[in-house]
Amino acid sequence: MKQIYADNAATTFVTDEILGAMMPFLTGRFGNPSSIYRLGMDALRGVEHARKQCADAIGAKPNEIYFTSGGSEADNWAIKETARRLKNESGKNHIITTNFEHHAVLHTCQALEREGFDVTYLPVDERGLITAAQVEAALTDKTAIVSIMYANNEIGTLLPIAEIGEICRNRNNKVIFHTDAVQAVGNIHIDVKSQNIDMMSVSGHKIHAPKGIGFLYCKNGINLRNFIHGGGQERGKRAGTENTAGIAALGLAMEIATRDIQAKAEKVAKMRDRLISELSKIPASCVNGDLKNRLPGNVNLSFIGVEGESLLLNMDLKGISASSGSACTSGSLDPSHVLLALGLPHEIAHGSCRITINEYNTDEEIDIIIKEVPEIISKIRSMSPLWEDFVNGKDNAQRFFKWLSPIK
Amino acid sequence: MLYSEKVMEHFTNPRNVGEIPDADGVGEVGNAKCGDIMKMYLKIDNGIVTDCKFKTFGCGAAIATSSAATEMIKGQPIETVMKLTNKAVIDSLDGLPAQKLHCSVLAEQAVKAALSDYYTKNGIDPAPILGEIGECAHCAQ
Ligand SMILES: Cc1ncc(COP(=O)(O)O)c(C=O)c1O
Repeated sequence: MKQIYADNAATTFVTDEILGAMMPFLTGRFGNPSSIYRLGMDALRGVEHARKQCADAIGAKPNEIYFTSGGSEADNWAIKETARRLKNESGKNHIITTNFEHHAVLHTCQALEREGFDVTYLPVDERGLITAAQVEAALTDKTAIVSIMYANNEIGTLLPIAEIGEICRNRNNKVIFHTDAVQAVGNIHIDVKSQNIDMMSVSGHKIHAPKGIGFLYCKNGINLRNFIHGGGQERGKRAGTENTAGIAALGLAMEIATRDIQAKAEKVAKMRDRLISELSKIPASCVNGDLKNRLPGNVNLSFIGVEGESLLLNMDLKGISASSGSACTSGSLDPSHVLLALGLPHEIAHGSCRITINEYNTDEEIDIIIKEVPEIISKIRSMSPLWEDFVNGKDNAQRFFKWLSPIK
Repeated sequence: MLYSEKVMEHFTNPRNVGEIPDADGVGEVGNAKCGDIMKMYLKIDNGIVTDCKFKTFGCGAAIATSSAATEMIKGQPIETVMKLTNKAVIDSLDGLPAQKLHCSVLAEQAVKAALSDYYTKNGIDPAPILGEIGECAHCAQ
């Protein structure tokens, strides 16, 4: 059976080319970049080369890039240390974010609430969007940092980052604007200067570098405080002997991911649109997230009467790897906070399916998904008492009609 | 999260799926909001559960525990069926991940709810026999 990997928002494989770029740093070029002899300098050269690749890919300067252990660390670092510094310096104690951020941002903000910060969680609308005007209205003289994701990891919606950045920049007392671009990078063109971004988090494993490497972009002129203390690596800002192999991989991954981005995005969006238009023909389904402002590779649908985890397990039996926002897959009682933020009823959120593709997926794979998923949905519905009630019009099913396509 | 091979086997080939139109007892537990609903149908002759079918909306563990429970009670006298515990269902599946234990509770409750319906239909108060069936702790929250 052909294996189809359609969960690229969760992680990606390391390509041969990227693996090739990292191998020397595990073997011949294994030196510590802080060592003074040539072996050390050679490793340092690799790190600085990668730093330049990362900077070039987002329109930044190399000394604005700080390597981290991934997206989560970059989010924690940017938000916690900016908030704490501005509270110390000028008594600012307010943070603005959205209610559908990744947990790396949401839980960071919740931790800061316990330290005495006030956090505004801007509500996204039914399509999974917020406006720059919402941000503007929430700003106060006490606002230290605004952290708003570039693209959502579950429903793929794209937020008006440049506009939000401009609003923050135009505030007299200067509000720092951070964006979690983990899902956006490599999928849409990012230029931190023209898009008014002060700080930005990036993760390697979403763009074919390994897990455990990422970076924080921090604009020059912002006083960045340490999150991890210790040795003097990363210009004294982030301690820990550099993950040289991971850094080399990330540098090349950034270069490749941002190359010919337009053509790549168009090709992937075609496959996405085919998936969305075919799968949304399934009766009593809905597409989650705005269709226009959307990552090229994100497909997210819900099917009433179907529970997400059993859908995924059935897809896996057909060789297709995907994900869901059902409670069962989140390990908690509630379905994903992102789907609930859209206002979706629990019953519909439980039946969600996220398919995330990229340029390594093929039209043939899309054909297989389009063929298999409707059959799986029918099979699950045939044994679902919820579906039975729904079809019979019991369980005041009307409350779901607003969201769903007809039962037929 | 790791499912045992038995869980995956029941999930892949669930036993006794469907409905019994002239069932002697039907029980439904759980709710859609939590993401699990189990509906259990029993055919009872001379105090023996001669047939048993289920329909379940829920995760892999919910389907596997429903399937396992039907296998365990089919052909058994009511007295034995009444004593089915979620623990026995878990054991028959070689264990369940911690966050899925509530699915086994639902399976036990679905069987009891169906028995309760059987007694009620026959003019017998089920409470003294079956006790409180109660809500799954997970759903009651
Ligand atoms: C939007 C977003 N932010 C942050 C992260 C965390 O990144 P990492 O896994 O590198 O810590 C992820 C990925 O899981 C993500 O999708």
